[in-house]
Amino acid sequence: MFSGEQIAELLDSLRVTHVVTVPDSTIGQWQDAIEERGATRVVRVCREGEAWQVATGLYMGGASPMVMIQCTGLFESGDALRNAVHDWKLPLFAIIGYRSYLNQDTLPGDTCLVFTEPTLTAWKLDWRLISKPEQFPTIAAHWNATREHGTAGVIVVAEGKA
Amino acid sequence: MMPAKEALVVIHEARGEEDVVITTMTPARDWMTLSQNPRDLVLVPSAMGHATSMGLGLALAQPERRVIVCNGDGSMLMNLGSLVSIAEARAANMIVLVFDNGTYEVTGSQRVPGAVAVDFAALARGAGWHSVFEFSDLDDWRRHCDAIYAAGGPTFVWLHIEPVYGLPGPRSPGPAAARAKQFMAAIRSESVRTVGD
Repeated sequence: MFSGEQIAELLDSLRVTHVVTVPDSTIGQWQDAIEERGATRVVRVCREGEAWQVATGLYMGGASPMVMIQCTGLFESGDALRNAVHDWKLPLFAIIGYRSYLNQDTLPGDTCLVFTEPTLTAWKLDWRLISKPEQFPTIAAHWNATREHGTAGVIVVAEGKA
Repeated sequence: MMPAKEALVVIHEARGEEDVVITTMTPARDWMTLSQNPRDLVLVPSAMGHATSMGLGLALAQPERRVIVCNGDGSMLMNLGSLVSIAEARAANMIVLVFDNGTYEVTGSQRVPGAVAVDFAALARGAGWHSVFEFSDLDDWRRHCDAIYAAGGPTFVWLHIEPVYGLPGPRSPGPAAARAKQFMAAIRSESVRTVGD
């Protein structure tokens, strides 16, 4: 839906210092452009729970991180985000890929469609779904609103094939 | 093997005033009796096994500040991937110490998987760490601690700790959100450069 260059430019404009990520086949395509632009450091971690907690340390240390994972990683990493967002009350922000939202050819009946939105709501995350390219400005708007209010936020980006 | 608290005393004495020290599980319980530095982060409550990950974030945000993580062996086992992530990020200002007593002490001293058999030093080297140390004797640890602090990091230290039975787990020293604010104020208000400044 979005090119790596679009995302890299956006992160730069939002002054995101670090993207902490486990890639999927959509958001992973943005990494090269982010690194080429050079304004935002890509921090590669092995598991999504790590991503939330590395972002926690970054935020505490004065940086401006963004978590970038797939919804399957959201399912895996609940305790890590709970601790960061609800125990320590840190305003972390994530872009989460929504697997199979646009196309279920690869994974017919993908249960990500069943569990992604209820999981985000269960974790009391303030989230916005982006399912069309023209919704691109929503990313910056939600980032800026949550930064202003000091709250956590999530953008869920609809994806096609798994 | 050495007592956890005595091993922590060595760290407490060698620790620089500006260093961040993150503690969790058994080390957290004993560290609270030794130190009240505003740059201490007692990770209670924690996300299971993530002290090393939080430490990595702090180390990257403040690359001129040393970040010391006192971790349990059970916690390390829950997040072994973080050894790879830290090596990948080349967090040279980071020291991770694993307090290996072979048990989940805070839940009643159940045996951790792989107790005795796991070679944490080999795991760290295999993950890409070059500065890796192992100590089972307290005097030996005390003699080498300063040199290890001065070594190029990231640095991994495996400490063999005497298990203790029947002690309670660490108790949170206060509401986490309030402590986060105090901690952030302490580490952001100083002259150490922060990424993004």
